Amino acid sequence: MTDVVVVGAGIVGAACAYYAARAGLSVTVLDRGPVAGGTSSAGEGNLLVSDKPPGPELGLMLESLRLWRELGTALGPDAIELEPKGGLVVAATSADLDATYRLAERHRDAGVEAVEIPAHRLTAREPRLSTDLAGGVWYPQDAQVQPMLTAARLLRASGATVHCGAEVVRIEPGAPLRVHTSGGQRFAADAVVNAAGTWGGEVAARAGVRLPIAPRRGFVLVTEPLGGRRAAAPIRHKVYAADYMSTVSSDDAGLQVSAVVESTRAGTVLIGASRERVGFAAGFPVPVLRRLAAQAIVLFPFLAEVAAIRAYRGFRPYTPDHLPAIGPDPRVRGLYHAAGHEGAGIGLAPATGALIAAQITGEPPPVDPKPFRPERFA
Amino acid sequence: MTFSIRFDDRNVPSAPGQTVAAALWAAGERSWRTTRDRGAPRGLFCGIGVCFDCIVTIDGVPNQRACLVPTRPGMVVRTQPGVGH
Repeated sequence: MTDVVVVGAGIVGAACAYYAARAGLSVTVLDRGPVAGGTSSAGEGNLLVSDKPPGPELGLMLESLRLWRELGTALGPDAIELEPKGGLVVAATSADLDATYRLAERHRDAGVEAVEIPAHRLTAREPRLSTDLAGGVWYPQDAQVQPMLTAARLLRASGATVHCGAEVVRIEPGAPLRVHTSGGQRFAADAVVNAAGTWGGEVAARAGVRLPIAPRRGFVLVTEPLGGRRAAAPIRHKVYAADYMSTVSSDDAGLQVSAVVESTRAGTVLIGASRERVGFAAGFPVPVLRRLAAQAIVLFPFLAEVAAIRAYRGFRPYTPDHLPAIGPDPRVRGLYHAAGHEGAGIGLAPATGALIAAQITGEPPPVDPKPFRPERFA
Repeated sequence: MTFSIRFDDRNVPSAPGQTVAAALWAAGERSWRTTRDRGAPRGLFCGIGVCFDCIVTIDGVPNQRACLVPTRPGMVVRTQPGVGH
């Protein structure tokens, strides 16, 4: 018997385990694969406020940022490669720049730091940037972590019992709930948290309920190393094109590509981001990779001379209203969902975990849980 | 019909179709770059283009995989320290 079973050892499951354990609960984590083996290992580790218009998701992110600072202190910033590098949104045209400035104004009203950067001052902040841009907005709160390391560190710090290779085949209602795995194990728990990300709909179905989470495919290109601990990275901040936000919030199932470029501590440059709803389609379509590369070169012309050495693919957990499902499921007593964060799961993980822990223990929630209620899809 | 390529300050013989890594190995060379953090020597590891451990500067272009690039007469191969850029 354990107080909580968390299904999913990705960043969200790890954060749920961490905050539940800190609230005094005993926690068991189950995952059919390894730690951070799904979407957590297929992104860039973004902690972004800049790409979230004012609303419930931004509120959740601002609370998360506060918790990320705490986690940086608790786990050690180097242990999770926490880099408060800041984000720079750049506009190619004056029309794009007007829209970017208008959003910055709304961001400031919502408590986000957003500084307008005119064209002639862009390269002072980001020296290798193209000189053909109209201007940008600097978001000092944007940051980055290494998500696989972070999930592992959170799990270790939680003290939770972690079973990898344990696929949940059935969640049996009752008090306690009984979780059955493919290996024939059974775990009894008062609360079960579905933190299965893109596969959260499948796990919900194994508890007999429907949760509409669909995969939204994306690719990231990785360059040859250009920096390291002894050489400065050529790109200082997270830099992305102003049209990125409209591709994130789009409901179009077709391919959308917008440039997102940043260095990592390992010295490589990561180039995203593509979005398309094509199910769990495998394959590496070269035209998509080519568009990613071409758009990155528009922002950073020097990348034309740099080799991309690999690419990776991931499936973001997409919900119909682009908001995660977080909270108790009124249809199955004791079942909670913490899934469907689309491309923002790394950033939103701490506040998600803290909210779930508060809901399980009956403490006041750190943010208004209403916009995230899972039953809104019923 | 062998020819020579240049490796740092010496000439290395090569046969047509040989890769840079094969020519360097045949000449007794085992390392041709140093790691970017600790400066440790590196050479051939996987030998099939996957691991990027054998990267080297060829004709002024850094980060070329020695295990994949065929030699050409007059080619200049230089030991690559760190990132090479």
